[in-house]
Amino acid sequence: MLKINNLHARVEDKEILRGINLTVNAGEVHAIMGPNGSGKSTLAAVIAGKEEFEITEGEVYLEGENLDETSPEDRAHKGIFLSFQYPVEIPGVSVTNFMKTAINESRKAKGLDDMPAKDMLKLIREKSEMLEIDRKFLSRSLNEGFSGGEKKRNEIFQMAMLEPKLAILDETDSGLDIDALRIVANGVNKLKSKDNAVIVITHYQRLLEYIVPDFVHVLHNGKIVKSGTKDLALELEEKGYDWLKQETVV
Amino acid sequence: MDLKEKLVSSFLVFENGVDVDNPVHDIRTEAIKNFEAKGFPTKKEEAWKYTSLNTLQKIDYSIFPKKENMLEYRDVKKYFIHEIDTFKIVFVDGVYSSFLSETTHDGVDVCLMSSALNKPMYKQIIDVYFNKIASKDDSLTTLNTAFSREGAYIYIPKNKIPKKPIEIVHFSTGNEAALLLQPRNLIIAEENAEMQIIERHQSLTANEVLTNSVTEIYAAKNSNVDYYKVQNDLTTASLIDNTYIDQKDGSVVKVHTFSFGGKLTRNNLNFYQNGERIDSTMKGVTIIEEKQHIDHHTLVHHIQPNCESHQDYKGIYGENSTGVFNGKIIVDKIAQKTNAFQQNNNILMSDKATINTKPQLEIFADDVKCSHGCTIGQLDEEALFYLQSRGIPKKEARALLMYAFANNVLESVRIPELKVRINKLIANKLGVRLGFDL
Repeated sequence: MLKINNLHARVEDKEILRGINLTVNAGEVHAIMGPNGSGKSTLAAVIAGKEEFEITEGEVYLEGENLDETSPEDRAHKGIFLSFQYPVEIPGVSVTNFMKTAINESRKAKGLDDMPAKDMLKLIREKSEMLEIDRKFLSRSLNEGFSGGEKKRNEIFQMAMLEPKLAILDETDSGLDIDALRIVANGVNKLKSKDNAVIVITHYQRLLEYIVPDFVHVLHNGKIVKSGTKDLALELEEKGYDWLKQETVV
Repeated sequence: MDLKEKLVSSFLVFENGVDVDNPVHDIRTEAIKNFEAKGFPTKKEEAWKYTSLNTLQKIDYSIFPKKENMLEYRDVKKYFIHEIDTFKIVFVDGVYSSFLSETTHDGVDVCLMSSALNKPMYKQIIDVYFNKIASKDDSLTTLNTAFSREGAYIYIPKNKIPKKPIEIVHFSTGNEAALLLQPRNLIIAEENAEMQIIERHQSLTANEVLTNSVTEIYAAKNSNVDYYKVQNDLTTASLIDNTYIDQKDGSVVKVHTFSFGGKLTRNNLNFYQNGERIDSTMKGVTIIEEKQHIDHHTLVHHIQPNCESHQDYKGIYGENSTGVFNGKIIVDKIAQKTNAFQQNNNILMSDKATINTKPQLEIFADDVKCSHGCTIGQLDEEALFYLQSRGIPKKEARALLMYAFANNVLESVRIPELKVRINKLIANKLGVRLGFDL
């Protein structure tokens, strides 16, 4: 599904990713953990195609295709979805209308006509029920005045609507209380299949109790310094990150 | 003969058509003297530094409207908020069109300035209000006063609310090669009265039109006036809008100005707070392109304590268009506890578009809250990435963000059908493929 080869990326003069190697296969859940500033969010943004970052070395492949010079919207059309750590507020555009626009733009890129209104409404109803989203919420301006939890739940709602092949959840657990976390995690689990993959970026092990990863990677200083199974997340919870930092010095 | 001379000499012709024994005519005579002394404003005046009337003065306008030109409602329906029932005061080439209008005297007066100026039953009101808040020395206002004879007259008595919103619409048909229009409106809301007004100037052909309009609004104690100006005219139509608002205790007046087109548009919007606990709100959305020019000059004079004013103007300027925002706030020494907010945000879409924005605060009281901010910028990159990451192409994402930027001002529009209309106008102007019904 996703193959990252010796990826180096920088913003202005600051090198943030220093040789990432990662392979994610269909049907897998990968967790990426690591201390603040280790490059987790940068990695997510680079996979989604944010132009602010310059790739100086290495490649990102989606289903064998090099994504070099592929715009963020084309990556979205190819099936990449990024759940933002800080979703942006768009006043005057309701959640529903935003989703209609996004879905129909994706369809247009694939040479399909707009989704019939009836099907769209059915899809919206089905996915919002899955995430226990109130109908009134859908007519509000996108993210405007949403609580932290509402924003994150809305991100997962968008993911459910767009049905990506590869979903990257960037700190989706931050700002969520335990009930919201459970709803969001249930949503992600329901969307999981043998044909898609999920990368969960998080500080804490908490989310991984609900979305159980097949692999856990620790990012430090722009590199993956350790990979393992879900037990690694538990070990990190117990011991913190310092022991890994020391290991890398050696 | 230049335009000023032509206008001054036309005054004699104008006098043949009005009752010169009416005391109102003394006001006109005084006004033409003032205009003759001052002439048109030039760029040497601070208030006209960025807006030149030179090219407009070179056009040979017809000054006196000919007989009524018939328009079929179905041909101009789209310029009305036709989704709802409204009172309508409609003028075609400056002449009242009874056919297109729907006036009323049922408990409220929604009718014509010419009636108000000439009929004895209105004399008392005219004596009290006519030309009282309008400037006696602003040259364009005095020019309008000198030729004042027709326009909208709206009088809402104490505790009354008209059954429906009121539309004031001016059409120009292109019957004349170039036409000068000078509508004069008088709008009075007595104590606790409420009203909603939509004003529009619409040219129907590419012939030149210059409108120099004056509107006086008197908002008595606890009255509530919503005024919407829809400026979406052709690029051969120019508008100088002079609006003067007198507010008394506890009144709320909101003026929304939607500027989406016109050759040159100058909005002089003046609020005078003659009372306490007054709320004055000015909101504007400007989206223009080509060589269009828009100039928003606002004035809020805080004369009494405990009042508020809010200004929020958004502008999107494309191609070679130019914009001006000048927001003047005066807080008198006794006007303590004033809250005055002013915000002007602009996006320039091209290297050749310009905006001159200037807050102008004169504060003589010491216990006040006044804030102002102006920005000229590009779109938020993070927001752009967010939309793109959802599959919305960059071009559409930019349009959608601008739509959201401008749209923010519409929250306070209280006529839903008008709001939808303006929403759609904004979307069309920005090329947003909304793909949904509003």
